[in-house]
Amino acid sequence: MAAEQLTPSEYIGHHLTFNTHSVGNGGFWVLNMDTLVTSLLLGVIVFGFLGWIVHGATSGVPNKRQAFVELLVDFVDGQVKSIFHGDRHAFLAPLALTVFVWVFFMNAMDFLPVDIMAWFYHHILGQEHWRSVPTADINATFALALSVWLLMIFFNIKVKGLGGWIHELFCAPFGSNPLIWPANFAFNMIEYISKPLSHSLRLFGNMYAGEIIFLLLGMWAATGITGTIAGALLGWGWGIFHILIVILQAFIFMMLTVVYIAMAHESH
Amino acid sequence: MNINLTLFAQAVSFALLIWFTARFVWPPLLKAIETRQKTIADGLAAGERGKHELEISAKRAAEVLRDSKQQSSDIIAQAEKRASGIIDEAKAQAKVEADRIQVGAKAELEQEVFRAKEALRQQVAELAVAGAEKILRREIDAKAHADILNAVASQL
Repeated sequence: MAAEQLTPSEYIGHHLTFNTHSVGNGGFWVLNMDTLVTSLLLGVIVFGFLGWIVHGATSGVPNKRQAFVELLVDFVDGQVKSIFHGDRHAFLAPLALTVFVWVFFMNAMDFLPVDIMAWFYHHILGQEHWRSVPTADINATFALALSVWLLMIFFNIKVKGLGGWIHELFCAPFGSNPLIWPANFAFNMIEYISKPLSHSLRLFGNMYAGEIIFLLLGMWAATGITGTIAGALLGWGWGIFHILIVILQAFIFMMLTVVYIAMAHESH
Repeated sequence: MNINLTLFAQAVSFALLIWFTARFVWPPLLKAIETRQKTIADGLAAGERGKHELEISAKRAAEVLRDSKQQSSDIIAQAEKRASGIIDEAKAQAKVEADRIQVGAKAELEQEVFRAKEALRQQVAELAVAGAEKILRREIDAKAHADILNAVASQL
């Protein structure tokens, strides 16, 4: 194990270092290859799987694969239906399905044991640093949240018109009296800033914390027989609890996406 | 923990996945589900309709059965009536015939009796004449008293 040659902080630092690829000058022009490759690979596999099943879908008696996907779609559709009352099939429901499935599988990468995967990445793939969980990278969660945020603004303008949206920025939620325009605008700005922040940081925080706890338990496991037993037991318990977190965070991320975009369709 | 270009690259993959789902995953599956729902709804409606039709035809069958029962009992009643009518008629005819035969027989009998009486009267008259002849042979010439004898014979 890597921990045998490393101090605790080096061990954790090693696990939390991204596999970076610089594409220009400066700290911004960097790509986290692990986040990008893992998430895209998951996306291609999972959505390719969905596409494959849907391609062979029948309106007659469905096989078990199709029935499973239909359950998933029906679940997402039911959630969207309870929040959004427009034509959800055109965009919002597929978006919700994408978000839910993708975030779920990116979160689920956290189930892979950190040190075995580190060994695998190091010795099989020849990568010194590789972080398995894309959603524990703040770039990934911000990418999702900001995309949703832009969609929210897009639908605001599309539904209400540019004038209608600006009017709403100044005249909602307190009223259209010019004296309270500043208050309305400030309120809306806080909302527009806090939405993507809370949206992305909630997912990031949960997944990052989960990863850190697995790392701490792994570290403990390297300290001796007591530590190994305790680390294994607690790792087992945390792993089970983490199943809940993985699903719950994916679900929350999807619901917030739906709520934000549904709110963009409503006029005040 | 740095924000870097990964954010945009990730956003691009997100957009591609949304496009893929909205284009290739959601609509076909939704169509399949909705088609199946319609098929099931149609099947249920057809079943309901069939049940309704069955009820109606059962009712109609019962009606037809009742009507035909009514008809057959009418026919039987008519036939019975007709049969008793025929019997009565036959009885009446037979009675008339019997009466006729009786009357004819009586008339013949009377005629027969009359004829027998006539013959008897003739014979009695002849016997009386023969007796009288034997008595009178000695005293009366048949020729001389023929008129008297004829008068007697005609009175008998």
